[in-house]
Amino acid sequence: MSTAYDDVRGADPIAQPPVLAPGHTPASVTERISEAVTTKLTKTPKWWLGGFAVGFALLNVFLFAVTNLFMTGIGVWGNNIPVGWGWDIICFVWWIGIGHAGTLISAILLLLRQSWRNSINRFAEAMTVFAVACAGMYPILHLGRPWLPHWLLPLPGTLGMWPNFRSPLIWDVFAVSTYATISIVFWYVGMLPDLATLRDHAKAKFARFAYGMAALGWRNSARHWANYEVASLLLAGLSTPLVLSVHSIVSFDFSVGIVPGWHTTVFPPYFVAGAVFAGFAMVLTLVLPLRPLFKLHDFITERHLQNMAKVMLTTGLIVAYGYVLEIWAAFYSGNEFEIFMVLNRFTGPYATQYWLLILLNIAIPQLLWLKGVRSNVWALWAISMCINVGMWLERFVIIVVSLHRDYVPSNWAMYSGTKFDVMTFVGTMGLFLTLLLLFIRFLPALNMFEMRVLTPEATKAHGEEK
Amino acid sequence: MHGTHPEPSLHGVLAEFRTPDELLAAIEAAKSAGYTKLDAYTPYPIEKVLDALDLHHSKVPLLTLGAAIFGAVAVFSFAYWASAIDYPLNIGGRPLNSWPAFIPATFEGAVFHGGLAAALGMLVLNGLPRPHHPVFEVKRFVEHASKDGYFLLVEADDPRFDVSAVRRLLEGLAPVEVNDLEN
Repeated sequence: MSTAYDDVRGADPIAQPPVLAPGHTPASVTERISEAVTTKLTKTPKWWLGGFAVGFALLNVFLFAVTNLFMTGIGVWGNNIPVGWGWDIICFVWWIGIGHAGTLISAILLLLRQSWRNSINRFAEAMTVFAVACAGMYPILHLGRPWLPHWLLPLPGTLGMWPNFRSPLIWDVFAVSTYATISIVFWYVGMLPDLATLRDHAKAKFARFAYGMAALGWRNSARHWANYEVASLLLAGLSTPLVLSVHSIVSFDFSVGIVPGWHTTVFPPYFVAGAVFAGFAMVLTLVLPLRPLFKLHDFITERHLQNMAKVMLTTGLIVAYGYVLEIWAAFYSGNEFEIFMVLNRFTGPYATQYWLLILLNIAIPQLLWLKGVRSNVWALWAISMCINVGMWLERFVIIVVSLHRDYVPSNWAMYSGTKFDVMTFVGTMGLFLTLLLLFIRFLPALNMFEMRVLTPEATKAHGEEK
Repeated sequence: MHGTHPEPSLHGVLAEFRTPDELLAAIEAAKSAGYTKLDAYTPYPIEKVLDALDLHHSKVPLLTLGAAIFGAVAVFSFAYWASAIDYPLNIGGRPLNSWPAFIPATFEGAVFHGGLAAALGMLVLNGLPRPHHPVFEVKRFVEHASKDGYFLLVEADDPRFDVSAVRRLLEGLAPVEVNDLEN
């Protein structure tokens, strides 16, 4: 079986490392991936139990923080006029941005026929769904009356009025709810054939029944595949503009306002690039430890790490361009408030956060130009952590630094999050970790049927090499 | 028609092959023998199999387009009706039908409906959910169809269907095994 790869690489002297280690067949791929899910509950790996304990403990921190919030009110958070948006919106944008890499990997790379995505797309899609779930908490928690979130929707009611369709905040409701729905649908549709595989290969009777119900009777029929492939492409085609629209609309929440530093046209593309940048960093943060834990080196090869590092470097440069353009636009405008905002970022009370952001998001990722860094898993993981923190600081700088010094000096104030802000944020991480660990234990974290496509046997059947 | 069926409750005859190439050869053999109600089962989508069975006429794109247009029209009309007719709100003297501001929600409406139609349309056109099907009665199908088995089904409602002839044809193609499927 390994000869097929030798042929390909022999024909192409600059061939990259393979996207699937040689020697795999559809059966071996299926067995290796489903093994992680079909092992007995009593044989759950210890690292999983440890990770789940941490995630579940943090989830209870979230429960505590939210209970306190509901009983006391949003005064427990640090938000106050003039900084009416604080950690809640920072973390909302941070989480939703992380989700975008999942859609990029699953949709855009599918349309571009990048077959290296086949092993990481499922995991990235799951990351999207869970990150959107975490993001979705914040607008509801910030409502003040969190039992009335349906007022955001245009539903007929006793109020006798409708949401304002001219407001970016209602666009945001449409964008985020559509994004959550379509991400879940895309994820589930993508999983159908693999749920059928688990139904066929699970050992426990209940597992067979549960996966069987979830697989909806999928039977790998050619008639099924014909409609399925078209539906997948259409979902990818719809998700691609969707993901661009979602973060553009998130950026409209700011750029439609007239706060200095927010009212610029560079926001939509710069937010989208930042989202992809942050999302790829989070994929690497999670995939790098999972690769040795599940022994996935055959499926997540050096090629994947190299490619993800390159995407991070590219989107990081777009983000850097956004930062430069913000400064340029402020001076070019000649508007004293805009110029003050930039100088205040450089030298004001939050200058530490600003320069730390430049260091973490722009300076450090430049190391990715070096091939040695891109293929060193420890260096990659450290850089991805830097970007995770850097992107959080970016939203802090955009939101807090602009709001705390607006037009009227008598209105100026300092802002800091309270312990409940921190607990809520750490709590959403618990929610994310809990969901993610449940996912990798009970659902196929790697796409089995698309990995079968990468085996030499299947590429031969397709009559073409990718 | 029913008179020609020796077993009225038969769903079809299923043969298993080891490789995609053997399956493709079997499809061609069955087609040249005049059978038209054929289905194949492969652990991953194989373009050549879809070509051989002439399955590239999915109605999913049409459903998706229709639903996306419906979603866009519905959301835009609602935004217009709510903002200009039912609840006119003068914001800074801007026109009540400030249509560019309705576009983001309109776009999301199109994607929402189109995406759901693509997924649900795929399920409905595939006849899913259907938890049970005669092929699941075959032990080797359950074990191999989602792993490394390539199956060809000649369905009993084929006008030329005759169990013994179909079995003879399939057994001549060096299959792993051949099974009659009961409904």
